[in-house]
Amino acid sequence: MTPSDRIATGLLTRPDGFAQLITPEGERRADPDLDRWVVDIDTEALRGLYRDMSVLRRIDSEGIALQRQGEVGLWPPLLGQEAAQVGSARALRSDDFVFGSYREHGVAWVRGIDPADVLRVWRGAASSGWNPYDYGMAVPQIIIGAQSLHATGWAMGAKWDGSDAAAVAYFGDGATSEGDVNEALVFAASFEAPVVFFCQNNGWAISEPVGLQSKQPLAQRADGFGVPGIRVDGNDVLAVLAATRVALDRARRGGGPTFIEAVTYRMGPHTTADDPKRYRTDDELADWRARDPISRVGALLAASGLDLETLEREVEVEAARAAGELRASIATMADPEPMTVFDHVYAEPHSHLDRQREQYARYLAQFDDGASGATEGGAR
Amino acid sequence: MTTLTLGGAINAGLRRSLANDDRVVLMGEDIGTLGGVFRITDGLKAEFGAHRVVDTPLSEAGIIGTAVGLAYRGYRPVVEIQFDGFIYPGFDQIVAQVAKLHRRSRGTVKMPITIRVPFGGGIGAAEHHSESPEAYFAHTAGLRVVSCSDAADAYVMIQQAIASDDPVLFFEPKRRYHVKGEVDDRASLADAKPMGIASVVTSGTDVTLVTYGALVQIARDAATAAAEEGVSIEVIDLRSLSPLDLGTVADSVRRTGRLVIAHEAGQQLGLGAEIAASITERCFEYLEAAPVRITGHDIPYPPAKLERYHLPDLDRMLDGVDRALGRPNSLSGVEA
Repeated sequence: MTPSDRIATGLLTRPDGFAQLITPEGERRADPDLDRWVVDIDTEALRGLYRDMSVLRRIDSEGIALQRQGEVGLWPPLLGQEAAQVGSARALRSDDFVFGSYREHGVAWVRGIDPADVLRVWRGAASSGWNPYDYGMAVPQIIIGAQSLHATGWAMGAKWDGSDAAAVAYFGDGATSEGDVNEALVFAASFEAPVVFFCQNNGWAISEPVGLQSKQPLAQRADGFGVPGIRVDGNDVLAVLAATRVALDRARRGGGPTFIEAVTYRMGPHTTADDPKRYRTDDELADWRARDPISRVGALLAASGLDLETLEREVEVEAARAAGELRASIATMADPEPMTVFDHVYAEPHSHLDRQREQYARYLAQFDDGASGATEGGAR
Repeated sequence: MTTLTLGGAINAGLRRSLANDDRVVLMGEDIGTLGGVFRITDGLKAEFGAHRVVDTPLSEAGIIGTAVGLAYRGYRPVVEIQFDGFIYPGFDQIVAQVAKLHRRSRGTVKMPITIRVPFGGGIGAAEHHSESPEAYFAHTAGLRVVSCSDAADAYVMIQQAIASDDPVLFFEPKRRYHVKGEVDDRASLADAKPMGIASVVTSGTDVTLVTYGALVQIARDAATAAAEEGVSIEVIDLRSLSPLDLGTVADSVRRTGRLVIAHEAGQQLGLGAEIAASITERCFEYLEAAPVRITGHDIPYPPAKLERYHLPDLDRMLDGVDRALGRPNSLSGVEA
C-alpha cells in the first residue's frame, strides 16, 4: 500500500467530518497525512493561489454583470467554489484531462482558457469555446453527470496506452444521483482507471438540498463501489490541493480511481435565472460567508508577515484588468453567420443535410441582406 | 371563464387533478419548494403536501422508473422532466417499460403515467434546453403523445392526460408559457373535446397548414398575412401526435387540395413525414401538389444566436404555402 492509498482510505475518520489545513479564521492546522503533500506551498505559492481565486471571483462577477446587461443569455456563478476549483486544478499536469460540468470556469481559468471563450458559449454565440486538446479540458457538459463516464473512458484509454496521465471528472452533489455517475464508478473501479471523481458538494442542486440526494456524506458512497473516498473542506484551497495530489498520485501509480468530496457552498444562484431566496435562508448564506475560501488565505498570509493590503491592491489591479478584458471581448464576438447552423453536424459529407443546406441558402438569398427573412414570428 | 397564462392553466389543471383524485402524485426535480424552474407547479406542494408533490433526487431514470412502480400500486404519477433535452436518461424506462407494461402484462397492469415535458426553442437557452424530441415517442408503440398550444387546451388536456389509463407524453410549448388566454375553469371534462382530436383553428379554402405546439400561433399569423394577399389558409392544431387525427386533416385537404406541415423538430423521419405519407395515401386524388414540410433543420439545436435561422417562422411558412400553391418560392425552378 502506497502512502496515497493509506490516506485515501483513512480520511473518512476525521472527527469533524473532513480534512482541513486552513481554518476559516486563517490558521494553519497541522495534518499528519496531508502536510507532506503541500510542503512546496510556501508563502509565494500561497500568494499565487490567493491571486487565482481573487481574479477568478472578479471574472465570475463580471459574467453575472454581463448577463444582467443582456450581453450574455445565462451565467452559472461559481461564487464560493473558488478554492475547490483552483485547488484541484492546480494539482493537475498539463497532460491530464479534465471533464467538467458547466460551472468549472475556475478550472478552465487554471487550465489557461481565456474567460472570453467560456463566455461566448453562454452568450449563445458558439456551441463551444475552445479546442479540448489545446488545454486538456473537454467542452463543458450540461447533462448532469454525463461527463463522469467520459472521464472514466479517457482514463481507461490512458492506462491501456501505458501513460501515467489521469482524468478528472468534475460534478456536483446532485449529479451523484444520476445513473451515469454511478455507472462511471462501477467502470472506474472495475478497470482500475486512473480517474479522479471530484465532487463539489455545494449544498444545493438548484432548489434541492444535498440531503435529498444522500443521507450520508457523499464520499462514503464511493466505498460501496470499491473506490476510496476522501472528504475535504472544499473552501480550503490547500486541503483541496493536497487531496487532489493524493488522488492523482494513486492514479499515476496504478492505484485506480479516487472519489473526492469537496464540501463547499454555492453562494450565488444556480444560474442567473434562479432565485435562491425561494428555497434557502439568509442565515445559511451568512454561515457560509464566514467560511469564505479567499479571506482565510488572506488571513493566513497576513499572519505569516505578508502585507495583505499591498497584495490586495496588486490583485485588484489584475482582477480589474481581467474583468475589463472579458467585457471588451464582447465587442469582438460577432454573431455567427446564418449558414453556420449546418456546420460540423457530420465529419463527412451527408447528402440529406447537404441538400437541406443548399435549399436554405436559396431561401435566405431571397431576402435583400440574405438574412432579414428569418426574423418574423421566429425566436425573440 | 377566467384568464390564465398557458403555464397557469397547466398549474390549475394539475391542482384540479390533485384535488379530484388522491392517487395523483406529482414528481420531479425542483417541482416542490421551488414550484419548478418554470413555476408550473407553483404553490401545489404548499396546498397538497410533500407526499403529493415530490421533489426527487436528480435522476430522470429514477423518476420515471419509480413512477412505474407507483403505477403498479394504482397511483397516477405525473412527472416533470425539467427540460426536453434532459429526458434521455429516462428514455430507457419510457420506451422499454412505460410503453410496454400494459401489453406485457396482458392488460392487467395499467400505466396511467403523465410525463410533462417543456419542449421547443425560441427562448435563447443553453444547449439541451430547446429540443423537440416528440417523434421518438410518437414512434414508440404504447405511448400517447399530445401537445397543447394555448391556455384553454392546456387546462383541459393536462387533466385528460392524467385521467387516461395510458401513459401520455405531454409536450408543453415553453415559449408560450406566459401567453394568456381564456379558460373555462368550470367546464366538465366529460363534455370536453377528447385530447386525441385535432382542432381547426383558422378556417380556409386554399391550403391546409398543419402544426402543433408553439408554431400554432405563428401559423395563425401566417394565415392572417396570407389573407392580405388573397390566399386562404386553413390552420389545424394537431393537439395529438399519437394518435394523429388524420381524419380532420384529410377532411381539410379534400377541400383545399394542398398540404403544408410545420414543426420545430427536424425533418428526417419526423411527424411531417408521417402526415405527408398518410394524407397522400388517403387523399391522393385530391392533392393538387406534393405535401410540403417546413421544419427545423436536421442539426443539433444551434446556439441561441442562431436559433432564428433554425426555427420555422412566419416567412418560412409562407414560402412553403407558396410552394404548395405553385407560386414563386425559394425552390422555384429547383427539381424536387
